[in-house]
Amino acid sequence: MATVIVVTSGKGGVGKTTTSASFATGLAQRGHRTVVIDFDVGLRNLDLIMGCERRVVYDFVNVINNEANLNQALIRDKRVENLCILPASQTRDKEALTKDGVERILGELRQNVEDIVCDSPAGIERGALMALYFADEALVVTNPEVSSVRDSDRILGILASRSRRAEQGDEPVKEHLVLARYAPERAHSGEMLSVDDVLEILGIPLLGVIPESPTVLQSSNAGVPVVLEEDSDAGAAYSDLVDRFLGKNLPHRFTTIQKKGLLKRLFGGG
Amino acid sequence: MLLRSPHLAGEDQPPFELKGSLFTLTVMHLYQLERSAIERYLAEKIKQAPSFFNNTPVVIDLENLAEPLKDGMDFGGLYTLLRGRGMVPVGVRNGSVELQTAAQLAGLPVLPDNRVTSTTRKPERAEPVRTRSRLVNHPVRSGQQLYAPEGDLIILGAVSAGAEVIADGNVHIYGVLRGRALAGVRGDIEARIFCQSLEAELISIAGRYRISEQLDPADRGKATQVYLVEDRLIIEHLTR
Repeated sequence: MATVIVVTSGKGGVGKTTTSASFATGLAQRGHRTVVIDFDVGLRNLDLIMGCERRVVYDFVNVINNEANLNQALIRDKRVENLCILPASQTRDKEALTKDGVERILGELRQNVEDIVCDSPAGIERGALMALYFADEALVVTNPEVSSVRDSDRILGILASRSRRAEQGDEPVKEHLVLARYAPERAHSGEMLSVDDVLEILGIPLLGVIPESPTVLQSSNAGVPVVLEEDSDAGAAYSDLVDRFLGKNLPHRFTTIQKKGLLKRLFGGG
Repeated sequence: MLLRSPHLAGEDQPPFELKGSLFTLTVMHLYQLERSAIERYLAEKIKQAPSFFNNTPVVIDLENLAEPLKDGMDFGGLYTLLRGRGMVPVGVRNGSVELQTAAQLAGLPVLPDNRVTSTTRKPERAEPVRTRSRLVNHPVRSGQQLYAPEGDLIILGAVSAGAEVIADGNVHIYGVLRGRALAGVRGDIEARIFCQSLEAELISIAGRYRISEQLDPADRGKATQVYLVEDRLIIEHLTR
């Protein structure tokens, strides 16, 4: 039975799609047959970050409306085996996401893959609710600032009360915290919340800390999931995150201020 | 000036009053009415505990007295015998109608049988009394609102900023209170708020409220209780 994992946050712009792309890619790299679905109908982005925007023919809404079948709409990733992308429709809105339709598609996918990653839109409206409704696990993406943390708190409340697992009284959705865009120096100086501050407020297990890094923007623009940039901090952090999700016990990196070595101090960079 | 006479005062107060009361009495379970046997056995008993037979009232239980009256022994005789040995029979209970009638003729009243018999009905299993308290064993997240009507609200976990916990009774929070807590919302001025760490956006009891800005920084982060004294909210640290 496949696992449905929602990547959600409440607030926009915190790194949901970046996380979805890298998380799904990382799972596929480790041999899991994985599909990542863009639930942001009308504001399609995942295809750009995955670098497959020019291969979109049919989309999620077409499949929901029986205008295409899943195989026609799924885009096979060219870099990593076992990975498919189900893009959102750009010309429709979130009302096109019906509970029955989403359930049917997830049901079909469950038979053929191991992991289904649902990239949630921002907000707490229909798109976000549909993305999380069928979830077994949730990656809650937060930035180290109060408004993002509060929105994540709100989403955690919705996961606990309005997901299918909550409605049916099943075991609750398993929650994981992803703290993205973290800069230890700024947390230390009090400009940002620290890892501990965020954990204290949200009180869920930390899956990974993704450091603030210019590589994230560069790879987004290039259409490459940052996890494939193995030499970058952010790529390594996502790689660790996937390993931890699969049960490896790895210490958290990039949470403390890195002392610059002599060479770095001499030649700059960072 | 007319002085009230003692006689009139006596008329105000009735000469007596009747009230029911319960006593513990010794019960003599009578098995036979043979005078000599009773006398002998009684003498033995008196030897064992002489002080017991000092105008001790007894009730005579006739339940096990199967035989009819004989040997010229009647209840009058029994009465005389017992009085002579320091016992005061006050009545009989149980036994046949015939025996009871004989006892009554001898001036011994029949007492109602109010013993708990061995065949008492099994007490019906009492319905467990449900209190109106509402227990929440998960954190209360931003945007959630929980209400305990007609009772207490008990939260095992934190109440996040932007969450609201409301009760007609008390609000207990075994965690950090960062959101809003309202106790006694239907006017119970005795209601209180308890929390392990006070970082609330708002606290209110029976409509009297204080917002975060009005909280004393000294109370922040402290285990506290909040209650009303003469319409004023009092925040008190809970000491261990």
